[in-house]
Amino acid sequence: MPYLELNNVTKHFGGAPVLKDVNLAVEQGEFVAIVGFSGAGKSTLINLIAGLLHPDAGTVKLNGKVITEPGPDRGIVFQNYSLLPWLTVFENILLAVDTVNPGWSKTQKEEHVLKYIAMVNLTPARDKKPGELSGGMRQRVSVARALAMNPQILLLDEPLSALDALTRATLQDEISRIWLEDKKTVLLITNDPDEGIYLADRIIPLTAGPEATLGESLKVEIPRPRDRKGINHDPHFKALRREVVETMLASKKDRHASVTRKLVLPDIEPEDLSAPPRPGWRKSPIRRREIKEESVEVSK
Amino acid sequence: MKSFKFDWLVLPLIGMVVAVLIWHLVSQTVSKDLPSPMKTWSESRDYVLHPFEKRGEMDQGILRFTWYSLILVAKGYAIALLLGTPIGFMLGLSKAFAKAFDPIIQILRPVSPLAWLPLGLVLFLGAGKNASELGALFTIAVCSMWPTVLNTAVGVRAIPQDYLNVAKVLKLSRTKTLFKVLIPATLPYMFTGFRLSLGIAWLVIVAAEMLTGRPGVGGFLWQEYNALNYSHIILCILTIGIVGFILDRLMSVVERKFKTI
Repeated sequence: MPYLELNNVTKHFGGAPVLKDVNLAVEQGEFVAIVGFSGAGKSTLINLIAGLLHPDAGTVKLNGKVITEPGPDRGIVFQNYSLLPWLTVFENILLAVDTVNPGWSKTQKEEHVLKYIAMVNLTPARDKKPGELSGGMRQRVSVARALAMNPQILLLDEPLSALDALTRATLQDEISRIWLEDKKTVLLITNDPDEGIYLADRIIPLTAGPEATLGESLKVEIPRPRDRKGINHDPHFKALRREVVETMLASKKDRHASVTRKLVLPDIEPEDLSAPPRPGWRKSPIRRREIKEESVEVSK
Repeated sequence: MKSFKFDWLVLPLIGMVVAVLIWHLVSQTVSKDLPSPMKTWSESRDYVLHPFEKRGEMDQGILRFTWYSLILVAKGYAIALLLGTPIGFMLGLSKAFAKAFDPIIQILRPVSPLAWLPLGLVLFLGAGKNASELGALFTIAVCSMWPTVLNTAVGVRAIPQDYLNVAKVLKLSRTKTLFKVLIPATLPYMFTGFRLSLGIAWLVIVAAEMLTGRPGVGGFLWQEYNALNYSHIILCILTIGIVGFILDRLMSVVERKFKTI
């Protein structure tokens, strides 16, 4: 039996379905990446698993039980960090530890928090407020908070997409290292195919929305620990990336055919301002509707 | 640095001189009964130079009167905050509560302190000697709590969904959610409300003291009007204005300290 299971999950917002017939099965200890365009419904998917949203049809099951509400068994790292700005790094994580382990003694809790702060290399910043930290550091706090709850599954909702490329790479390596340490079940949502392939055991493209659904799941058979530089020349990596990107682009192409949009062009003709004004020439700009005939060529 | 001094010292001084000149001109031409600036000063000197002297119940130094008024305001204001903040939270958190009570709040909000005071006195008729103080407190509280109520409600509604999601995901208890998420997130709005409320409380004090005849800046103002000492009216107006200004400044300093976001 799969550990996390989504069966024909459909979710509407207003009238239009965002997700349609999503099926997903994640085994225990597996690292699965879902890659999709922004706006495809990736966050909706995470929120459904987190229990913050409920599916309109279908079921979301964790460990055989239907998910109805958020719980400490699912650690979530949000894209926008979602740290409480009035609490320090330490207090933010302590808040999570407090709820999960209410019976622990004060020192036990503090040691636990410090352990996770150290795990994400933030010990020097433990008493800083999120506002004093860089985006990368904030995201580390968010990761530490999720891990400190000792969840059964870690949900990463585009955790690195707001970061610059270098920080992103460092944090990818860190996530990879932390995962290798205790092999938690991880579901990573990302918009970067390379990131997905580099980190995950399996990568699944999410087709373009609306009515997004999951595509064919692709196994990443690159041995760990993976080498960031070497991976770029790995033929398997290249083939995977091509396949993921092609699946995503193909789904987007299908959408394009059905999109009709009304275009309103500005009703004004560009003028050459550098040209000296000719005597007797009209002062007001030339309106397009005054032009009797025009042909506009639109290239695809 | 020259322009700094010019902006902060010279320009305000010019404004004040102009105001005093207009005052002087009006007292000389349009209204002969209005005391001139010089007359106001000479008649108020005792009250300003011996600000804490007590010569009689209604004849005391201006700062002593101010002190009485401030104490009354502090009490009424405290009641307003203690009532207004929870009401604001409930308005912000519960749609049903907001729908039920928003209309009545909107109706009561614009009612003037002058209208509330008699009701306050009636309300505490049974209290005997304390009736005038309790009535005044009631009036201050009921008039000044609305900005706190409304700003708190707006602040609670404006809490980013992210923070609420955090509370849900971390499974925080109700009390923890309130003290670790809701209150800190609302604090900046609350303090804006507190500051506006304090301004109104200070406005109301004068009306309350005038009608109850309690010793204080407002009571003194009304008494001196009846005693035809018009220059003391101006003294009271200036005192009220300056104290109100200082209170507002102090509050905005506190407000800035509590900006959590």
